[in-house]
Amino acid sequence: MPENKAESKEIVREEVAYEPYTIAMGPQHPATHGVLKLDLELDGETILNCKPTVGFLHRGVEKLAENLSYAQTLPLTDRLDYIASMANNVAYSIAVEKLLGIEVPMRAKYIRTIVMEMARLTGHLLWLATHALDIGAMTVFLYCFRERENLLDMFEEICGARLTTSYTCVGGVRQDVTGHFLEALHAFTDDFPSKIAEYETLIDKNRIWLKRTQGVGIVSAKDAVSLGLTGPTLRGSGVDYDVRKHMPYDAYPYVDFEVPIGSKGDVYDRYRCRMEEMHQSNSIIRQCIEALPTGPIRSPDAPDIVMPYGEQKRVAADATFASGVIKLMKDNEHYIDGDVYVSAEVPKGELGFYFVSDGRGVPYRMHIRSPSYIHIGALPFLCKGQMVADVIAIIGSVDVVLGECDR
Amino acid sequence: MELLWILIKILIVFAVVMFHVMYATYFERKVIGHMQVRMGPMRVGPHGILQPIADGLKLFFKEDIIPTVADRKVFYAAPLICLISALSAVAVVPFFEGFAIANINIGILYIFAMSSLASYGVVLAGWSSNSKYSFLGGLRSSAQVISYEVAMGLSLVGVMMLSGSLNLTDIVHAQMKSPFKIYLIPQIIGFFVFVIAMFAETNRTPFDLPEAESELVAGYCTEYSGMRFALFFMAEYIGMIVMSCLAVVCFLGGWSGPFDVPGIPFFWFLIKVYFFIFVYYWVRATLPRYRYDQLMALGWKVLIPLALLNIVLTGIIKSMFG
Repeated sequence: MPENKAESKEIVREEVAYEPYTIAMGPQHPATHGVLKLDLELDGETILNCKPTVGFLHRGVEKLAENLSYAQTLPLTDRLDYIASMANNVAYSIAVEKLLGIEVPMRAKYIRTIVMEMARLTGHLLWLATHALDIGAMTVFLYCFRERENLLDMFEEICGARLTTSYTCVGGVRQDVTGHFLEALHAFTDDFPSKIAEYETLIDKNRIWLKRTQGVGIVSAKDAVSLGLTGPTLRGSGVDYDVRKHMPYDAYPYVDFEVPIGSKGDVYDRYRCRMEEMHQSNSIIRQCIEALPTGPIRSPDAPDIVMPYGEQKRVAADATFASGVIKLMKDNEHYIDGDVYVSAEVPKGELGFYFVSDGRGVPYRMHIRSPSYIHIGALPFLCKGQMVADVIAIIGSVDVVLGECDR
Repeated sequence: MELLWILIKILIVFAVVMFHVMYATYFERKVIGHMQVRMGPMRVGPHGILQPIADGLKLFFKEDIIPTVADRKVFYAAPLICLISALSAVAVVPFFEGFAIANINIGILYIFAMSSLASYGVVLAGWSSNSKYSFLGGLRSSAQVISYEVAMGLSLVGVMMLSGSLNLTDIVHAQMKSPFKIYLIPQIIGFFVFVIAMFAETNRTPFDLPEAESELVAGYCTEYSGMRFALFFMAEYIGMIVMSCLAVVCFLGGWSGPFDVPGIPFFWFLIKVYFFIFVYYWVRATLPRYRYDQLMALGWKVLIPLALLNIVLTGIIKSMFG
């Protein structure tokens, strides 16, 4: 009998030999930027395996769009990347315009470019704020929010909403910008580079910041492309790809800007890329304000239940739907059979809309290529072999927002 | 009679320290608030002056939640270990000439012992909560305290060599007689190492890994609520005050100052302690957080060799100039 006991003890010892420590980071966690859940397998503090779980914020935007007219879907795009909803509005509008073959007036194009770059600034400011907060630099967070607040106030001035803007519409923008708005924005762009310098004094050359970001979460250019990364996350690895440059839309062909590129592809390079991008956005906004043409802000054949503007306003006072001045979605002759994929450069990366249309006035199928979803897919690759604290830095550096990821 | 006098002293010091802890939280919020272009607490009383009382009342009336899987006895004991050991360390601090609750001749060692005991509380809290984040926080804390305790101890060896004593009052007296009046100048390397180790020892930014909120939610005190959480909080602030006192006594000449302030013998001592507390807040508003392995590397590869170098240099100076 004693021999048997000894044997069984040995077997038990072999079974409990090694087991990784698993930890569920999220969905309620202060640093996973929303409801992202990461199942981490740890050896001490080193990540053996990282498995992201998404879908906690799923609202079925793609399915809802199948039952809504093209104009009605636009407010839903506010809720994708709710940090920079203007950019989603623009991306959606240009996709629908491509599908319906609508040419947008020049003034609308410039205004859209302005709001898109403002959205990029709000997105990047919030990214910098939370990224720095995650790494522990608390003050940068509040400095960034100070400037973001100014931008949101300007959004409020042009469309009445700070976050869920729904400012653009198919064929233009909903209402014209005021002179006061342009002046305020111009003053903001005068000031903003000095504010960026202020953030940089706190972190850019800080030894702890450099230690936490340099050489962490490295992704080579080849891997970055094969993982489908886009936006600053891809450009940090040294790949020159920017939808604004390579497939220009709106007023981007008429403005002069550079696409900042990193080299090593670590967290620090992605941080530098975004910081430089803020400078570029600032310059684009200035150029657009200075070159803003006069003219209509909406294409006359925009298929929308539009509030008539300009000369049409007087006609519309007596008009009926039947007179054709006010055009309704469902009986518009524009609708074509076919499919179209159009993408735009939003703060997070390349946001694409893929429409399959069967000519009914509602999309047969709408698919959103959201950068966040694809970036979250790259997290296991980026996190492997890093430490718990690096996971936070990496999530911050790929800049995900779960509203866009889960759609 | 002697005993009664000691009890009165304890009561006075306890009340004063607790009052300072209350208002240390208020000043932290105000100082950091103004550094971050905001106001800090403004609502409770004029300029939020009663905010600490409101916070205390709120925490006192919060529900005391204990996880079902927690090891109850240890879970109860952990915050008490932290608080009691932090408070006990105050006993040997000489606030002014002739005023220390216990003027023992191993004062420095006693403070070290007590601050090490406080880290037991943190480790036990992490262990007994039976939560993964708490556990990681506890692990980090034990590793951190062990490595920085060494650097801290070694950094003070120079002071002990110059003063020839471990008694805090004697160290201050020795400094008054020294050529520079304070040990900051001959012991600048020791001071540098001590201040960094002091931040790590009290788990403050940039070494606040055990409770790094963006990584470990709240670290070792994730599962604590209400008054038990407040005990950890108080222990942390008392720890900050004790470490500031130790730095003042060992490097900045304790209660001595450029001129005497009549009627307030602890005037200079308070000013110096407040300076260190302010530096704590300043650093918190400025610096990001180290990573766990970088923290270890800094402790073992930079601070300990520097502290050893300081001992050697101090020995040479002492033997040459006597």
